[in-house]
Amino acid sequence: MSAMIIDAFSWALLMAGSLLMVVGALGLIRMPDFYTRMHAAGITDTLGADLILLGLMVQAGFSLVTVKLLLIGAFLFFTSPTSTHAIANAALTAGLKPQVGGADAEDGAAEKEDE
Amino acid sequence: MFTATMAALLAAMILALARLYMGPTLYDRVLAANAFGTKTVLMIGVMGFLTERPDFLDISLLYALLNFIGTIAVLKFFRYRTLGDRVEPGEEGQ
Repeated sequence: MSAMIIDAFSWALLMAGSLLMVVGALGLIRMPDFYTRMHAAGITDTLGADLILLGLMVQAGFSLVTVKLLLIGAFLFFTSPTSTHAIANAALTAGLKPQVGGADAEDGAAEKEDE
Repeated sequence: MFTATMAALLAAMILALARLYMGPTLYDRVLAANAFGTKTVLMIGVMGFLTERPDFLDISLLYALLNFIGTIAVLKFFRYRTLGDRVEPGEEGQ
């Protein structure tokens, strides 16, 4: 009984994480310009990764494996937003302009034709 | 259960690879590489549970460290064109 509850809980966590991962990757493909893509990928990656790791932790129970998962989770939790911020900062410093004004900007028009 | 997670991660990795290939700017590629690295970390971890060898988590932790350092290194390289201290013009001889 309790094994079933644990399985269901970790299943839910793993599926939520997987969903976020796929949604983030879809956003990485579908969004019109760099900054929106970064928004899609950076945010979902952090939460999705930690959800999947939490699901694995529930499976592993109290052991050394959980400690390792916790380490990976903590590390990803801090580095993933940091690297996203670093990329955004580098792009902005290099002079990459955010696309403002939707489909009538020329970048957006080019993307529209691809679809 | 783990197989489904693996499938989702694989799909996400393929999409990230597509963005890595399409570009169009350098920063898109760096972002895609970073996302790909995060998914690699998770995939190795899930793979360990799938094959019931959780020792894979050590490799996963190593990938997490490498991924972050790699992203920062690539960004720094393309900003300053060098990975060491920045050499100012006129003091190359020192």
